[in-house]
Amino acid sequence: MTTFFAILFTVATLTLVIGLGLKIAQYARTPAPLKIPTTPAPLTKPGVAFRLAREAVVFESLFKANKPLWIFAALFHFGLAVVLVRHVRYFQTEVGPLVALVQPLALPAGLAMLIGLLLLLGRRLVLERIRYITGRSDILMLVLLLGIAVTGMFMTKHVHTDVVAVKAFFTGLLGFEIRSLPGDPLLVVHLLLVAILMIVFPFSKLLHAPGLFFSPTRNQTDTPREHRHLCDWAAKLEDKRS
Amino acid sequence: MAAPFDTPVLGDVDERRIPALKVGAMAESKPYVATAAHQEPLGFPGVLEDGWEKKAIGRMGELLGKYRSLQVFMDICVKCGACTDKCQYFLGTGDPKNMPVARADLFRSVYRRYFTTAGKLTPGLVGARDMTKEVLDEWFNYFHQCSQCRRCSVFCPSGIDTAEISMAARDIMDTIGQGQKYCNEIIGKVHKVGNNLGLPAPALLNTLEGLEEDILDETGVPVKLPIDVHGAEVLLVTPSADFFAEPHVLGLIGYAKVFHAAGVSWTLSTLASEAGNFGMFIGNYEQMRKISMRIRDAALALGVKRIIFGECGHAWRVAYSFLNTLAGPWDFLDPRYPVPQHILEFTNDLITRKGIKLDKSGNDGMVLTVHDSCNVARGARMGDRPGGQFTIPRDVIRASVPKLIDMHPDTICEKTFCCGGGGGVLTDELLDLRLKGALPRMEAIKEVADRDQVNFVAMICAICKAQFTKVLPYYGFKMSMAGGVHQLVSTAIVLGNEQ
Repeated sequence: MTTFFAILFTVATLTLVIGLGLKIAQYARTPAPLKIPTTPAPLTKPGVAFRLAREAVVFESLFKANKPLWIFAALFHFGLAVVLVRHVRYFQTEVGPLVALVQPLALPAGLAMLIGLLLLLGRRLVLERIRYITGRSDILMLVLLLGIAVTGMFMTKHVHTDVVAVKAFFTGLLGFEIRSLPGDPLLVVHLLLVAILMIVFPFSKLLHAPGLFFSPTRNQTDTPREHRHLCDWAAKLEDKRS
Repeated sequence: MAAPFDTPVLGDVDERRIPALKVGAMAESKPYVATAAHQEPLGFPGVLEDGWEKKAIGRMGELLGKYRSLQVFMDICVKCGACTDKCQYFLGTGDPKNMPVARADLFRSVYRRYFTTAGKLTPGLVGARDMTKEVLDEWFNYFHQCSQCRRCSVFCPSGIDTAEISMAARDIMDTIGQGQKYCNEIIGKVHKVGNNLGLPAPALLNTLEGLEEDILDETGVPVKLPIDVHGAEVLLVTPSADFFAEPHVLGLIGYAKVFHAAGVSWTLSTLASEAGNFGMFIGNYEQMRKISMRIRDAALALGVKRIIFGECGHAWRVAYSFLNTLAGPWDFLDPRYPVPQHILEFTNDLITRKGIKLDKSGNDGMVLTVHDSCNVARGARMGDRPGGQFTIPRDVIRASVPKLIDMHPDTICEKTFCCGGGGGVLTDELLDLRLKGALPRMEAIKEVADRDQVNFVAMICAICKAQFTKVLPYYGFKMSMAGGVHQLVSTAIVLGNEQ
């Protein structure tokens, strides 16, 4: 069991890091030949950074679009963010200040995440328009996240696992040393699902996380008259002409 | 005027009614396919040839490598549905494939099949499809039910712009020999004659002379409409509709009066007698560039110092956002002015500096509202501040008419609806679509017409003007209720001391 998970998490981490790295490299490498920010758009780079921050942190556009959906999404994402930060303690020998700070929020955050996911799933099943655009993979993704959240919450609230041993396993893994992992069924399911999530991340719609920052409608300054924007392949067309 | 289809019933704007899904409602709506005579002059194959599937996928791969927007937008949609009730064509037709996410998925499903691991391994799970004739026809029909207005891109939490996707789809279809007649025929005319309407130079000169006489008769002032004048200060590039029909031509008279009153020498050009650039509609960079280069050539040939664009929405997007890229650098023009400038920037500046005088009594009795033209609102800017594209037209209007009432806030500025005719769908065979796509805008007009007695809708786009004059009567409004901002300036401007 321990060996299986040691291998699984090594594979999952490599897939996540390399897969995501390749995708980000692809986005960064692909030119944006034209200025296409959705206007009104910021005129300066700090302005663009602020716009992206608003999109990433408070989901500005989604707020304009749909208030209930914004609440559901915020519940899930903020909950997830806190839970993720809290999980850093499984990878640190000394618990850092940020992790300590969110410690009391752990339970409400987990709950928010769970409720958010249930609302998002319910919405997909109930609303005709959303049911129409929902594919099997969209449902599976929510089920996967729900599985992770439910098993995690159960371990926090009811069926405790040996968290010290879990921590030892992961800190050990970071130093390429295999330490034994508790065999509790809930933990096994939890970790299995997390590993699956890590593996599918670079191949799925979860790419929206890094992708947002490469979205030309959001990350460009509105300065086409002031600065000539010319990508490499477009510049080559000019060489041909003159 | 009996229509072969029903005009939708207008609802309450505030209710934000979302139609129940009518699957397949618009499946048969499609524009005419371009013939070889429209395709070949643009360098596209005349007809769909054997092996087009492979060619389509090849072109898709090329575009994915050339456009970051396309590559990123293919990957990052989470199907949250924030866009599902934002497109005027969905709101007007109820056809689910007119929801932006579903429209994009027509393209994305093919992308997944050929370009992603998940789609190659488990096509059923992620909704990946092979490129077949059935898929192609669906593309043709539904990517010509998108006006590339970018309203969806305002609301998408990841900034996905369906316009980029429908442009790519149209580019691919052109490349394999299934182009759209309307756009490609018009682009052919631009290359051959110089403008979208195919007005030859002698006809143009004739029209301008006639207009000069009309203005003289009406005002007693010899306002000129110069063309091909070497050494003029300003080159005015305006949509060819401005030379052709009302209400467009009233705007052109307005520009001429402003230049006259300001004492700025200007000229039109027979070489660049068209502001519109349909190269954008078909998503083809080379065409867009070729059409743009006419303006550079005209500016160089005439030795002008500034370039100003007339009222035209998509034209202004290409001009403002792309012209510097496509046809720049503009180092031979006067560096004190932005290149290009919008006629409204020019007029507004004159008003602010008291360079021209406006008398609102010329527009007595007018209660006016503004339809923000979509490509100006979300694809461009005016002035030196974000949002100038909303304030500058309104400032000019306020200076010209006694009363301005804005429509419902969900239907103006960045949230404005497309008129229903933009992006290459302004063709008669798509009238059903255009009529239904105009629904949200008509609802918003009706609200202010009933409540505030609004009797005129101002817009800054040739396509909007053509579309409104066509669809307004179906909804029980007067055709003459729509017109450009410079049409209002024209009737308010005080023309010096000649009288």
